[in-house]
Amino acid sequence: MSWFGKKPDAEAEQSAQERYYFATQWQLMWRKLRRHKLAMLGLVLLAGIYFVAIFAEFFSTMDVQKRHTGFVYSPPQRVRFVDAEARFHLRPFVYGWRTSRHPYTFELCYEEDTSKRFPIKFFTSGEEYKFWGLIPCRWRLLGVDEPGYLFIFGTDKLGRDMYSRVLTAARVSLSIGLVGVALSFILGCVLGGISGYYGGRIDTLIQRIIEFLLSIPTLPLWMALAAAVPKEWPPLKVYMAITVLLSIVGWCGLARVVRGKLISMREEDFVLAARVSGAPDGRIIRRHLLPGFLSYLIVSLTLAIPAMILGETALSFLGLGLRPPVVSWGVLLSTAQDVKVVVLYPWVLLPGAFVVVTVLAFNFLGDGLRDAADPYR
Amino acid sequence: MRYVLKRLAYMAMLLVFVSMTSFIIIQLPPGDYLTLYIRQLEASGQRVDQSEIESLKRQYGLDKPIYAQYGKWVSGMVRGDFGRSLQWNRPVSELIGERLLLTIVMNLGAVLFTYLIAIAIGTYSATRQYSLGDYFFTLLGFIGLAVPGFLFALVLMVFFQNTFGMSVGGLFSPAYVEAPWSWGKFVDLLKHLPIPVIIMGTAGAAGLIRVMRGSLLDELSKQYVVTARTKGVGEMKLLFKYPVRVAINPVLSTIGWVLPGLISGGAIVAIVLNLPTIGPLLYRALLSQDMYLAGTLLLLLCVLTLVGTFISDLLLCWLDPRIRMEEGGA
Repeated sequence: MSWFGKKPDAEAEQSAQERYYFATQWQLMWRKLRRHKLAMLGLVLLAGIYFVAIFAEFFSTMDVQKRHTGFVYSPPQRVRFVDAEARFHLRPFVYGWRTSRHPYTFELCYEEDTSKRFPIKFFTSGEEYKFWGLIPCRWRLLGVDEPGYLFIFGTDKLGRDMYSRVLTAARVSLSIGLVGVALSFILGCVLGGISGYYGGRIDTLIQRIIEFLLSIPTLPLWMALAAAVPKEWPPLKVYMAITVLLSIVGWCGLARVVRGKLISMREEDFVLAARVSGAPDGRIIRRHLLPGFLSYLIVSLTLAIPAMILGETALSFLGLGLRPPVVSWGVLLSTAQDVKVVVLYPWVLLPGAFVVVTVLAFNFLGDGLRDAADPYR
Repeated sequence: MRYVLKRLAYMAMLLVFVSMTSFIIIQLPPGDYLTLYIRQLEASGQRVDQSEIESLKRQYGLDKPIYAQYGKWVSGMVRGDFGRSLQWNRPVSELIGERLLLTIVMNLGAVLFTYLIAIAIGTYSATRQYSLGDYFFTLLGFIGLAVPGFLFALVLMVFFQNTFGMSVGGLFSPAYVEAPWSWGKFVDLLKHLPIPVIIMGTAGAAGLIRVMRGSLLDELSKQYVVTARTKGVGEMKLLFKYPVRVAINPVLSTIGWVLPGLISGGAIVAIVLNLPTIGPLLYRALLSQDMYLAGTLLLLLCVLTLVGTFISDLLLCWLDPRIRMEEGGA
């Protein structure tokens, strides 16, 4: 009752109390969630990341496949406000590179060339691209004028801009979590629903299958299944195959939640009443049982998404999941498989930071939702 | 005893399922073992005539229906014949040998590490709820959950490479890789073991800290603790005499899902660190579509998990009389 205490005004207090009593279940959950700081942080982070992923073309600085053959494994350029002569510029800028070959290893060496200053422009128009592959567009959030170049996160082994690639990769990595969870959701609801509602032999069978799937190590299973995906499949088909793979294990947890809740609610009076009134099974499940455990389901869903994202990242990292030219965080990280590369060019691990932040945000949000969905807290 | 038998029967059933799954996976890629083998022979310049193909087919039972092939595969495995690896052109059993042992050692180490860390930190966090240390470990736990094992492994490797100039890959120093087992090699193994074990254990420990913390907090608010405190029992004794021991049970009973997670995570960490365990072998087999080897390795990993879970279930039963009662009664 902590939120009543602050208002001394009796009338205001009453209306607050009224609002509390008339609030729907969702409004109450939202209120509790609002007070969970970490969950809100997670929510904001996720909203930001998804927003950027949706408009990735606009936020990135150049085409993901564009190669800068002169700048292979360029380090990230430092965004500066103060130049070499200690003059302050309101507009941030980067210095260009002076490249040379190492006399022994023949590696490209990069040095900042302070005579080349590229001011960063906002809302510039660059080369034409197709927004979502459909709408021709020129707008970019950031950019430098030709012949300048802007590699905020450096470049990869083919001289492609990591910043643009990471942002675009977010689209695949994040959506695979959502699509995978949607699939698991359907499987989990249907199988868990059947299992919990009907019980008996079919329940035992489904429970055994779940126990079996949960008792075997997930990643090796995924690896083996992913390796069986034919190499000549088009990217979209591979994407679907990987999502299906991830949901093969993903639905188990959800099905358990659904089943557990159904079993505890099945014996309630209102279900009996509905059944006596002649409501068909499907209607009882949808209309009377589903609202009762939807909040728990959402919690499980939120916590299932990061597992999917991590799964895809691990598979693609190993080269068994998605394959180039598709860009996902895992695909980008696959460059990092060779430790020597990581030691020399540590920025290839940057996509990993995005994975960690995303997963962290999902966990925060899921945790907050769990607390909010629990009516006894 | 009846409980043990019941668990054993259950495990046997799961094993059958696992072997079927592995076999199905072996069959998944287009073409079979033999076509690949023949292609390989042809690629190396040897001519294969029709009668030879027929005899090979009969030898591997590929002319029989699929369930008969499965039967042959399983019965071969029981006799210790795991088939031949195409890629290495050696019997699978030869390849596995030492790797299996090292895999078991590594996973055992990771399990111990996970529980030790989880219980220690969980106890610390619960006794100092909402303290700075508690928040620190909570945050650390969240991060531990979010960082994929392979990424953690990579970061550690780079860190060690850059700061100490030492390579942390592998389980042995170069001098000992091919050497037969000796005391020196064993010590060398012990020196290399901690890093993979820490990497593997972190994710699991992160989740378990929270379980331990919650369960100990529940226990500490109970009456008997208050009673003991009023009677003047010392804080340390008070903590470790009962509450911790009771609170450990829910933590230990998570082994059913911790172990598959560990072995699963261990496989990919081993690939990154290039450890001589089953994981990297499985990976290479999968990349080259060496499905016989891959299937066997997948099966082995699953068997390892199942047996591990079985053993830990028994230990748990021995540890917690409540489980014994429940199972005995039911």
